[in-house]
Amino acid sequence: MSDTVLSIRNISKSFGGIQAVRDVSFDVRKGEVLGLIGPNGSGKSTLFNCVLGQLRPDTGGVTVNGQDVAGKRACALSRLGVGRTFQQLSVFPEMTVLDNIILAGQEHKGSMFSRLFGASDAGLTEEADRMIAFFRLTHLRDELAGSLSYGQQKLVDAAMAFMANPALVLLDEPAGGVNLTMLGHLKERLKTYNREHGTTFVVIEHNMEFVMSLCTRIVVLAEGAIIAEGTPEEIRANQTVIDAYLGS
Amino acid sequence: MKQLKILGLVAILAGLIIAPFTQATYGTYVLSSWLVFTVAAMGLNLTLGYAGQISLAQAAFMGIGAYSTAIMTMAGLPWIASVVVGMGLCFVVGLILGYPALRVQHHFLAFVTLAFTTLAFLVMRNEEWLTGGIYGLVGIPRPSVAGLSLMDGTRYYFFTLGVFVLASCSFWWLVNSPWGRAFKGLRENPIRANSLGVDTRLVTLLAFAIGAAYGGLSGALMAPLVQYIDPMSFTLIISLKILLMVVVGGSGYFFGPFLGAGLVIMLPEFLRFAEAYYLMIYAALVVFLMVVCPSGLLGLLSRAIAAIRSREPAERGDLKEGAQL
Amino acid sequence: MSDFLQLIISGLSTGSIYALAAIGFTLLWQASQTINFAQGEFVMVPAFFILVGSQVLGLPFPVAIGFGLAVAVFILGFVFKRLVIQPMLPHGHLPIVMATIALAILMRELVKEFYSAEAQTFPALFSEETFTVFGAVISHQDIGNLAVSAAAIIALQLFMGRTRTGRSMQATAQNPGVAEILGVNVQRMVLYTFMINAALATLASVLISPIYLAKFSNGEPIGLVAFLAAIVGGFNQVRGALVGGLLIGVIDNLSAAYLSSEYRIAGPMILLIVIILLRPQGLLGTSEGRTV
Repeated sequence: MSDTVLSIRNISKSFGGIQAVRDVSFDVRKGEVLGLIGPNGSGKSTLFNCVLGQLRPDTGGVTVNGQDVAGKRACALSRLGVGRTFQQLSVFPEMTVLDNIILAGQEHKGSMFSRLFGASDAGLTEEADRMIAFFRLTHLRDELAGSLSYGQQKLVDAAMAFMANPALVLLDEPAGGVNLTMLGHLKERLKTYNREHGTTFVVIEHNMEFVMSLCTRIVVLAEGAIIAEGTPEEIRANQTVIDAYLGS
Repeated sequence: MKQLKILGLVAILAGLIIAPFTQATYGTYVLSSWLVFTVAAMGLNLTLGYAGQISLAQAAFMGIGAYSTAIMTMAGLPWIASVVVGMGLCFVVGLILGYPALRVQHHFLAFVTLAFTTLAFLVMRNEEWLTGGIYGLVGIPRPSVAGLSLMDGTRYYFFTLGVFVLASCSFWWLVNSPWGRAFKGLRENPIRANSLGVDTRLVTLLAFAIGAAYGGLSGALMAPLVQYIDPMSFTLIISLKILLMVVVGGSGYFFGPFLGAGLVIMLPEFLRFAEAYYLMIYAALVVFLMVVCPSGLLGLLSRAIAAIRSREPAERGDLKEGAQL
Repeated sequence: MSDFLQLIISGLSTGSIYALAAIGFTLLWQASQTINFAQGEFVMVPAFFILVGSQVLGLPFPVAIGFGLAVAVFILGFVFKRLVIQPMLPHGHLPIVMATIALAILMRELVKEFYSAEAQTFPALFSEETFTVFGAVISHQDIGNLAVSAAAIIALQLFMGRTRTGRSMQATAQNPGVAEILGVNVQRMVLYTFMINAALATLASVLISPIYLAKFSNGEPIGLVAFLAAIVGGFNQVRGALVGGLLIGVIDNLSAAYLSSEYRIAGPMILLIVIILLRPQGLLGTSEGRTV
């Protein structure tokens, strides 16, 4: 159990009369790339927000590396080693790509006090450049993040999430709105990062092709409950899953 | 571009050094006033332009600094001690005021600072034993530097200029440090900043408290300048005037407060000919300015520069090599 | 006890006038995210339009009121919205804040210079006669103000809730994008809101000027109170502005009587701080979620 990074236990959440999530439990082990999929309204986002501490579940709990995350502010979660990417508006538009990435790393380096009196870049320029190089964005290093294309911004977003060397990264629809070539690059970079650093990923996604080729394990939600769990091959062949998507 | 900026900076500094010699006593006083208010506006710029919070208490913080300096220097204590006390008090008050207000919605700091300014004014006006009440405090001494008296207007101007340069440099250092990066992140995308570990509440609170401390410093410079202070110099209207300086200059720009304070302080001087109508014309000009360039003068300038730049071929990194992704 | 009752009733009376100003203020915020710092002056100025009508143009008083109302709705409603607010709207709240503050000063100075710096008597709609209830002395004016304000507010609520235009205005305030798709002329709805605000301000002006006399400086305290009332009541609720206005009217009266006159304004201020800290969405506002 010690290599369980994320533990979701008996989470239920309802809004008014609508049961968004019912009694969902699963664990995510270190190094896994878990995909969380399901038709619209299946409760993926609600579950995601419970993991992010933004929603307090009615029952059950979420722990990251053994620590309870309910009601924790996002910055506290970040310190616990949880990183995330966003669907939209994910970069700091008036700052350079380099500054974006330095900002992502600086909050985890030293204390607030040492940051005030230390170097202007918090000693992170080299590390930031390495991260930028990893995503093959070096030629954009000094451009304003807001001037980048949507796909490039998503890469910067991922780079920022990784800068703090998190144990767990939650990716919120990383493939949304990204063109095919970029998608391939993004997928390849995520896989490489996971392989090189052993970081655990949880991906919410609608793009089946993306999820199936990226993830090592998949959890399928429908109407708030888990209807299937397994490897991509197993899920692809699972009749219940097919029915849930096509509607029965 | 960088050489242009340095040249501009040197020119401004040179101008500031030469200026008092072209002016009589009153002109020098106005120049000193400009610098004093720029310091206050700088503080507010940190709170507003960098952390995105509206504060209406900057005049109250000036008041705390001014009264601290007046009371302490009139009791024989050195000016620098009064600055430490004044700025320290403002910082602490800033923390106390800011803490509960920042736990809630965005604009509530504005309301709390509004209430605080009114209450501070009441205390200044009513507590005669401490502040001299409506009669204020008269005969505030000017500090002496290395035995040199600063009673001369021009000498005090250079003293103010020195402190102003120090304050500006420390502000520059602050916004270019990792803290500055966090401030900018907070301004541009607070949700993303939070998710990266930036404690947005703490950072906003600090921006407000530091901004307040700058207000206190401004007050400490003001008291010996005018040598007589009363509560009327620290009302809500003055807070609004300082806010105007920041907005007109361009909120969030480093030179915004300097430009804005200059405009707001110099304009009445130029409108003096209009006598009774001057306030009317001033107010009308402000309305006009806000309608025509809502992002301030520097905002207008930066858009003009961007418009000129966009006529040149795009120099973006990835387009230099051809699209790779 | 009778003193207390008296203070409460006259507090409610002035409070109902404050409520008119606060409701207009809240409507402008809801419809177009406009924080109108000149709201106090908007209440001060129509009295002078009316005085111009009756003193300068020689119109009989009721006609002068109509004249004043028409001028107010045109200038403070139409012109204000088209020429001042509309260009600034895309740029966030601050330019509007600064511009309306400057506008307030401009209006104050214009009245002071071009009409008079002296306080002017203003004809009262209700007599000064009083009657006694449970030992409390209540004037016809107190009751009259309350009644007229109440009628105006009820009429407004009926208009907003029961007429097609009113509902379109509400839709515009809640979700302009969707309202536009549904065929609502959003810009016109916003214009109507501004015009209604001007009308409410004129009414408040007519009710309050007999008490405090018409003076160029009247705007400041009223503006502050309208602002406070809107916050205390809950920025996004018209009902809240009503409650806020009444509450502040009463508290202001009680503060004047029971606190030292120097610290009178502290009463409403402390109320403001307490509300913000304990119930930031205002007394009747809906919670908009915690900050990041």
